[in-house]
Amino acid sequence: MDTISIRAPSISAPRATVRHRIRTRLPASLALLPTALVVLVVYIGCLLWTVRLSFTSSALLPKLDWVGLAQYSRLFANDRFLTSAENILIFGCLFISGCLILGFLLAVFIDQNVRGESLFRTVFLYPYAMSFVVTGVAWQWFLNPGLGLQKLVRDMGFPNFTFDWLVNQDMAIYTIVIAGIWHGAGLTMAILLAGLRGVDGDLWKAARVDGIPTWRVYISVVLPLLRPMIVTATVLLATGVVKLYDLVVAMTLGGPGIATEVPAKFVMDHLFERNNIALGTAAATIMLIAVVSVLAPWVYARYIRSQGRLG
Amino acid sequence: MRLKTRVSAYTLSCALIWSSGALAQQQKAEVLHWWTSAGESAAVKVFADQFTKAGGTWVDNAIAGGVNARAAGINRMVGGNPPTMLQFNTGKQFDELVTNDLLRDVDKQAQAGKWRDIMPKSIVEASVRNGKFYAVPVNIHGQNWLFYNTKVFADAGLEPPKTFPELIATGEKLKAKGIIPIALGGQPTWEHNLFRAVLVGNGGADLFRKFYGSRDQQAVKSPKFKETVELFGKLRGLVDPGSPGRNWNDATALVITNKAAMHFNGDWAKGEFIAAGQTAGKEYGCTLVGDGSSGKLVIGGDVFVFPASKDKAALAVQDKLIEVLLDPASQLEFNKKKGSIPVRLDVDVSSMDACAERSHAVLRDPSNQVEAMELLSTPNFSGAIQDAVTQYWNNPNMSADAFVEKVIGAMRDAS
Repeated sequence: MDTISIRAPSISAPRATVRHRIRTRLPASLALLPTALVVLVVYIGCLLWTVRLSFTSSALLPKLDWVGLAQYSRLFANDRFLTSAENILIFGCLFISGCLILGFLLAVFIDQNVRGESLFRTVFLYPYAMSFVVTGVAWQWFLNPGLGLQKLVRDMGFPNFTFDWLVNQDMAIYTIVIAGIWHGAGLTMAILLAGLRGVDGDLWKAARVDGIPTWRVYISVVLPLLRPMIVTATVLLATGVVKLYDLVVAMTLGGPGIATEVPAKFVMDHLFERNNIALGTAAATIMLIAVVSVLAPWVYARYIRSQGRLG
Repeated sequence: MRLKTRVSAYTLSCALIWSSGALAQQQKAEVLHWWTSAGESAAVKVFADQFTKAGGTWVDNAIAGGVNARAAGINRMVGGNPPTMLQFNTGKQFDELVTNDLLRDVDKQAQAGKWRDIMPKSIVEASVRNGKFYAVPVNIHGQNWLFYNTKVFADAGLEPPKTFPELIATGEKLKAKGIIPIALGGQPTWEHNLFRAVLVGNGGADLFRKFYGSRDQQAVKSPKFKETVELFGKLRGLVDPGSPGRNWNDATALVITNKAAMHFNGDWAKGEFIAAGQTAGKEYGCTLVGDGSSGKLVIGGDVFVFPASKDKAALAVQDKLIEVLLDPASQLEFNKKKGSIPVRLDVDVSSMDACAERSHAVLRDPSNQVEAMELLSTPNFSGAIQDAVTQYWNNPNMSADAFVEKVIGAMRDAS
C-alpha cells in the first residue's frame, strides 16, 4: 500500500540517460495503454454518460434534453428510494462490523492450532464460494416461517416459538444482514488468519514472560498489527455493500412491501423494467456521490496527507 | 461487344448464384423471446416447427426473464444488429421503438388478413400506432381468474364466490376449518395483480380504465374506490403468514395440493395444474369474481414486433413468420400449450379445456373485455402504483386514505 514516488529526470542529466530511460519505459507504457484507454473510455466515459442522462427526461431510450434537477427532486420525494438509502446504511454498518467481529473470532479460534484446522478453514470459507443467489434462496427457505427454522422448532415441541423476521416488515432487513454475514465472514477470517500467522512468535513469548493474559495480547498487541488486513477486508466488504442486489432479489425481492429495497435494485428496476432511465441514472449518480464522499476522506488521509507530511 | 456480353453474363450468373445463396441464408429467422419454462418452450416450438415446415430455419434465442429479454432486444436494435422478430407484451412496452422508427409497420398484412375484424378491439388498439399495425398479437391471456380447488369447496359445503363481499365471507369459513383461503405469491407483482382483480371486479371496468388509463384523480377520490381499497385490505387476513416472498407457482401448488382453496392469477397458472395431472372443471375450476354476472376479463398477452429493414430478403422472411404466427392451426396448438386463448376469435376452441372455452365465451361480448394494465399504462406508472400497492398490502396499519394519497402522488408525478 506504500506509494512509490517517481522522481522526474533532472534537466542536467546527460542526453543518453534520458534516451535510455525512454527506451526502457516505452514498452511498459505501450503495454499499459490499452488498459488505460479502456478505463478512460469505458469506466470514466460511461460514468459521465450516466451523470449526463440523469439530467434528462429519458424513458426507454436515452435522449439528450435538459430538465435540470427535476429527476433528483423526484428521487428524494420517492419513499422507496429513501427506504433503500436507509436500508443500505443499516446493512453496511451491521454487515461490515459483523463480518469483522465474527471473522476475527473465527480466525483466533483456528489460530489456537486446533485439530482438523484445514477442515474448519474449508467449512468457514465455503459460503464465500457460493453465489449470493444461492445464499439468498437457501436462507429464504431456512427462515421461511412455514418451512424452515420456525416450523422445525415448533415441530420439536415448542408450539409458541416464533421467528418470522423474513416476513416481518420491521425485521426483514436484518435477515439480509444475517445471510450477508454468513456469506462474508469466512473471507474475513481467511484474511485475518493470514495476518495472525504473520505475527512474530517472539511477541507472544515476551507477553507470556510478562504474564499478560492471552485475550489482552490479542486486543492490545495483535489487533493493531492486523490493521492492514482489517483495512483490506473492510474495503472488500464495502464493495459488496454498494453492489448489494442479487442477495435481496433472491431472498426477499425487496419485500415485504418495500422493507428490504436497496439502491442498486432501485436503479436496475427503473432502468430495465420501468423504462425510466432518467430516474435510474439519477439514483446511480447519488450512489456514486455517496461512495466518493465516503472514500475521499480516507484517500486523503491515507495518501495525500501522509505524503505531504513525509515531504 | 462480345466480350462485354460475356462479362456481363458472367457477372449476372455470379450475382444470381450469390443472391440465391444469400436467399437461402436469409430464410433464417432469429427469434428473441423469453418463453423458457417447460410449457412455454413447448408452445413456441409449435411456431418453430411450422416455420421449418414452410422452408425456413428458426434460430431460437430464448432469454430467461421478460425484462432481460427486452433489454437485450432493444440494445441490439439500437446497436443496428436486430433479430428478425422479438417478443413484447401487448401494450405500451414498444411505444418508443415506434416513435424512433425502429419497427416495421405490418399494416399491409393486417389488412390482407382482416386482423381488425377477427381480433378483440382492445388487442387491436394496443398493436396499432398512428393507424398502423406495428405488432402481431399471438395470444390472449386473462389476468384476473380465480382458480379454486373443487374438492376443498365440496368438503366444506361451500360454493365458489361470485362477488368480493361473498369471497370474504366464504374465506372466513374456510379459515375456520384450517384451510388457507387465498394462496398468494407475496411478491409485489402478484400483490399488484390481486389488487387489479379486486379493482376490476368490485370497482368495475370503468373505474379500472380511469385508474390506469386516464389517471383520473376524481375517480380515485370516489367512495367506490375507497370501498374497493378497503375490501382489498380485508383480504390480508385470508392469506397465510408464509406468503411474503413466495413465488406464484408455489402459491398455485398450495391449491393443487388441497392446502389452499383459492388463487387469483392469470391463465398461465393452468400450466402448473396441467403439469400436476389435473383437469380444468374436475380437480380445479376457474371463475371470475365481480358483480355476480358472467364477469369482466382483463386481457393482455404477447406480441411479436419486427425490426425495420431495407433488405428485401429479410422482409420476405418476416412475412413468412407473420403467416405462421396467425395460421389458425398453429394458433390453436400454440395456445393450448401456452394456457392462453387464440388471438383470432374465429378459431374453433371446442378442443380446448373448460377454462379456455369459458374465456372465449366471455370475450365474445366486447363489453366484457377490459384492457390489461400493460395496455393502458406506461411501465413507469404501473411501477409506481406497484410500489404503493405493496406498501399498503404489507402494512395493515396503513389506511385506505393514505393509499389514495400515494396513488394521487404517483398520478401527478410518474411519466
